[in-house]
Amino acid sequence: MFMLKLILRNTFRHKLRTTLTVVGVAVAILAFGLLRTLVGLWYLGVDSSSATRLVSRNAISLIFPLPISYAERIRQVPGVSEVAWGNWFGGIYIDEKNFFANFAVSPDSYLRLYPEFVLAPEEKNDFLRDRKGAVVGRKLAAKYGWKVGDLVTLRGTIFPGQWEFAVRAIYRGAHKNVDETQFFFHWDYLNETMKKTVPRRADQIGFFMLGVSRPDIAPEVAANIDATFHNSLAETLTETEKAFQLGFVAMTEAIMIAIRLVSYVVIVIIMVVAANTMAMTARERTAEYATLKTLGFGPGHIAGIIFGESVAIALVGGILGVALTFPAAGWIETALGQFFPSFTIAPATIGYDLLAALSVGVVAAAIPTWRGATVRVAEGFRRIG
Amino acid sequence: MPIPFSYSLRNLWTRRLTTVLTAAGMALVVFVFAATLMLAEGLRKTLIETGSADNAVVIRKSSVTEVQSGVERAQAAIVASRPEIAIDADGQPLLAKEMVVLINLPRRESGKPANVVIRGTGPASLRLRPQVVLKSGRLPRPGSAEVMAGASIARRFRGGGLGETLRFGMRDWTVVGVFEAGATGFNSEIWGDVDQLMQAFRRPVYSSVLFRLSDPGSFTALKEQLENDPRLTLEAKRETRFYADQSEAMATFLSILGLTLTVIFSIGAIIGAMITMYAAVANRTTEIGTLRALGFSRGSVLAAFVAESLLLGLVGGIAGVLSASLLQLLTISTMNWQTFAELAFGFSLTVEICWKSLLFALCMGLVGGVLPALRAARLQVVDALRAT
Repeated sequence: MFMLKLILRNTFRHKLRTTLTVVGVAVAILAFGLLRTLVGLWYLGVDSSSATRLVSRNAISLIFPLPISYAERIRQVPGVSEVAWGNWFGGIYIDEKNFFANFAVSPDSYLRLYPEFVLAPEEKNDFLRDRKGAVVGRKLAAKYGWKVGDLVTLRGTIFPGQWEFAVRAIYRGAHKNVDETQFFFHWDYLNETMKKTVPRRADQIGFFMLGVSRPDIAPEVAANIDATFHNSLAETLTETEKAFQLGFVAMTEAIMIAIRLVSYVVIVIIMVVAANTMAMTARERTAEYATLKTLGFGPGHIAGIIFGESVAIALVGGILGVALTFPAAGWIETALGQFFPSFTIAPATIGYDLLAALSVGVVAAAIPTWRGATVRVAEGFRRIG
Repeated sequence: MPIPFSYSLRNLWTRRLTTVLTAAGMALVVFVFAATLMLAEGLRKTLIETGSADNAVVIRKSSVTEVQSGVERAQAAIVASRPEIAIDADGQPLLAKEMVVLINLPRRESGKPANVVIRGTGPASLRLRPQVVLKSGRLPRPGSAEVMAGASIARRFRGGGLGETLRFGMRDWTVVGVFEAGATGFNSEIWGDVDQLMQAFRRPVYSSVLFRLSDPGSFTALKEQLENDPRLTLEAKRETRFYADQSEAMATFLSILGLTLTVIFSIGAIIGAMITMYAAVANRTTEIGTLRALGFSRGSVLAAFVAESLLLGLVGGIAGVLSASLLQLLTISTMNWQTFAELAFGFSLTVEICWKSLLFALCMGLVGGVLPALRAARLQVVDALRAT
């Protein structure tokens, strides 16, 4: 109890210095938390992918299509319970800056494969009945103020022309990790238009999205599908949705690694700052430590005092930083919504934040603790300034 | 009379541990600051050198990249007939109809796939891009299943090295040459005969038409005529502009990220400098009193402490720039979201970045040191001498 009181009193003896250090730690923890969240967002697609979905695409690369005729042959592969397909449409809404993912999909089967997209039953029926209809995510609709029944025009980059859609339904995610910023429309609309304008590009799809009956047979089903089309003009590459998403993430991995490294660098910077604070504090109080030792306190006590102070400062800073993370994340979500549709702080991130703060406190105290604990009484009294 | 500079210098030397820790904090911040600038500069350099101002690229309207684009043979022929196109010594137009597609290749170390650009080239392609120089092996023969790979591909991708084979389009393709293209994006490409590749990929359209203008000034007029031609659905861009447009998103992302990080980090480092300088002032109250009693003015004391803080910043800055310069050995390779293809670029250190970083370090020192120095200058002589 006495020790605790001494530590607390010591902590707030140098108000200015303690405040500065606490602010420094808080800023660093804030940055650390936001950077970790940013990295986590990158992997969001991987985490929210289902184990019973397979993606089949052209083996050369994603930009090459597959013929729609494959759908029936894939359906015959044992274990395949659902066949849906789609095309990355790459349409632009008014300006390039308004980026969002838009796909032409086989409407019925695609929505069956994604039960996490929740639609109102009557809106869903309206969408399925209208060939020019589109389903948009709740966040996307909110961003551009779209309501059911609105007309939306996209400019095609891959499929030339101006494409008009009617918003027929707005989906929301069944859980928090579902991306609510996507835009889906009828593949038939795309295909019928291509038949008229560029016939050679008709009846081609970008990817098959397949449902398998049980997750454990997924690898076998994938191998069977690829074997079916081996040595054909369009060979397929089938993998689980997770592997497919990971492939995407891996392509931009270098940047993610850099951001992750930087998130550690900020912690190291603040460790150095906190270590400096503690080194100065301990140096100034050498005579006090000598006094305490004369009074009969052992090296363990001295160590505890310095250590406790360092950890206390770091944890106060850490808690402040965590508290600041939430308003900051809210601000990012509104101000930078186009890059980060959802900027949610995961509970694990808060755990990492506090762990980082704790380690800052521990590391910063290391040298001063050792010095304070080992100082000899006579030497300690002799020291000035 | 000013306080001698050596006073500030020696003060730093006396409390070495604190000096080193503070300077190290600043050095890390300067390192990050310089690194982001170097990365942005490296990307910019790669893009600028990739394009040439005399060249123009024609792609399908509103497709930003060559991969999205498609130029029908008939349309390409109309473009090729323009009189503005330069003619070489043999009387051939300096024009290349090219096809660009992406293929998945596994990386050598990790085996993870990346999207690599395959460019189907014509006879004039090499002459239009003087940056591209054959480094080893030979040029692929037209009409054969031979390709050559950029140095960066040969090094980093399986099947990309000299003598290795790649399989796509139901054929095996032998890499017969490796080319070096300086710091350009072509280093991350594979080149082969355009007709063979179009055949293999069953893609009956070109992606782009690239040509040299005999008079670079004629571009604006040519662009207008091509884009208003009712037979064509194409747009023309200067090659430099074309490549800059393609990586705009990446450049913006890097600069926003770098700026945000630098601002946040510098707060930490400035706080570190403040703590150090406040402690320096507090510990030396008697000393400051003595200096004042000896007749040094408030201004001199202020200057001495600011100088000390600036020195701290300078040490940190130099250390930061020196460690950042090592980054030049690294190459970052990542997917460009806009082209969907692999792009490799390095960190590039320029004199300007050095100056900016050092100035930034000095600013951090100044901001961190000014308040403590003011406190030192404001001390009353009598109070200061009485302090223990």
